[in-house]
Amino acid sequence: MERIPILRMGKYLLVTIQVDMHDRLAMQLQEDLTTRIAKEQSRGVLIDISALDIVDSFIGRMLADIAGMSRVLDAQTVVVGMQPAVAITLVELGLSLHGVRTALDVERGMKLLEESIGEATRAGADEGDGPGDER
Amino acid sequence: MPTRLSEIIRKHQQTLLSEWIAELKNALGRKLIKDAELEQQCSAFLKALEQGASHGEAASLDNAAWSEMKELLNNVSRSRGLAGYSPSETAMFVFSFKRPLFSRLRKDLSAAEAADEQWNATLVLDQLGLLTTETYQRTREELITRQQQDMLELSTPVVKLWDGVLALPMIGTLDSARTQVVMETLLQRIVETGSAVAILDITGVPTVDTLVAQHLLKTIAAARLMGADCIISGIRPQIAQTIVHLGVDLGTVTTKASLADAFALALQRTGQTVIRVGQARKMKEKDGEAKDRKERE
Amino acid sequence: MALATSVDVFPVRAETDVVLVRQTVRTWSIQQGFSLVDQTKMVTAASEIARNTVTYGGGGTLRIEALQDSGRRGLRLIFEDQGPGIADVDLALRDGYTTGSGLGLGLGGARRLVNEFSIESKAGQGTKVTLTRWK
Repeated sequence: MERIPILRMGKYLLVTIQVDMHDRLAMQLQEDLTTRIAKEQSRGVLIDISALDIVDSFIGRMLADIAGMSRVLDAQTVVVGMQPAVAITLVELGLSLHGVRTALDVERGMKLLEESIGEATRAGADEGDGPGDER
Repeated sequence: MPTRLSEIIRKHQQTLLSEWIAELKNALGRKLIKDAELEQQCSAFLKALEQGASHGEAASLDNAAWSEMKELLNNVSRSRGLAGYSPSETAMFVFSFKRPLFSRLRKDLSAAEAADEQWNATLVLDQLGLLTTETYQRTREELITRQQQDMLELSTPVVKLWDGVLALPMIGTLDSARTQVVMETLLQRIVETGSAVAILDITGVPTVDTLVAQHLLKTIAAARLMGADCIISGIRPQIAQTIVHLGVDLGTVTTKASLADAFALALQRTGQTVIRVGQARKMKEKDGEAKDRKERE
Repeated sequence: MALATSVDVFPVRAETDVVLVRQTVRTWSIQQGFSLVDQTKMVTAASEIARNTVTYGGGGTLRIEALQDSGRRGLRLIFEDQGPGIADVDLALRDGYTTGSGLGLGLGGARRLVNEFSIESKAGQGTKVTLTRWK
């Protein structure tokens, strides 16, 4: 079965979604990612959706779930490249993508990952959670 | 109903034409079109009237025989509308033909026949006159829509203030349509310029209602989803009151009193700062000294 | 009176059909001259309802109609299934994402993305959802 490729970029994982995913493919991605994060102990995941011209509630929830699962595995997730029409539609749909950080492009996404990993490390060092920067 | 109108018109074309033009020049007080153009329009009208009356029904303009007339009147009406004539003045083009025509009918026909033909003529000319008014309306509306489009585009510019910082100075009252255009333009520019901060300055906006506030909040939410942040600046006291009274929740949106403050914050957020030239020079010197010291070690 | 200038019917039975629905609705939206944002909204709404048809309705059909009404063009999507139906339509129309309640059927969201929305459904009598957007 086709799978969405996951690339390794240093200590981060990069996923570029370029096909119109059907639900099973999306679920497979979720599984593959969590497996990779755990296996390689990655600290960050970058999901590039600049080629996606629609994001519906299922895909939106998948992204939120990936962010949640990664966090449990001590990794940060940043979604980059959302198209304007997609953003407008998501707002109208009422999907807030809670817990998903976003950035304009891969470069800014990487910077955000660096910063948030630094935060998470510091927060972990104290007792309890530090203040997050989540949406 | 067979009519003798075309026969009459054909027979007395010249006289009718000159009498009518004289009538028109009288009726149209101000002169906004050239004489030659007026004469050309009138003779074309007579020809089309003759054609329509000979084949078509007086009661209805749907017959194909009237299509030339309809097109002619459309053009006349459009040009009058654009030239600045009022709808009445435009309709007068048709109605002023009644007097010369009716007097001609009375001269040529028996009293009974004249009465019949006058009624036929009235039916036709009234409809034609109304047609000009409708076209006139449509032309003006098209003009207004086009002007509104232009104004919409002109009044929602998105400016690049600095690397990674966009500003959207909004001026005038915001309505639903405009705010929508603003939203789409801003988001597009954010992607094109790779700007992570957008300042929405509403200094020039006198009032905001719930709908507009919601649209603005949606814009900000969409920008956030894309990875950019928005700052609202220039909120007038009245708008601040409205926002609270309407129960609009600005949530985590940062607001600044002035565009300048917003800009300073934007620079900070994008990891940039402004320092004086003198200061910069001193810093460079210090750097140079530090480097020398390191080399000596 | 709205005229259907072009009509087609598609099966919506499997997950992969949801992807086909998206592509079809995108193509028809472009043909009807919709702006990019309006296309995206229509495709997203279609995706939501198509998924419901597959997941909750046991599979069904999409009837897509290109509309013409005194000069303006539109698109109508009619999703129909013979599944278990929705017992409480009002509850289903309420948003389920942020509050966690509701059936998460994406109906409320889809409604906000289109100009005209109607749903006919009774427990045990299948569901019919009609979405219409005008240019």
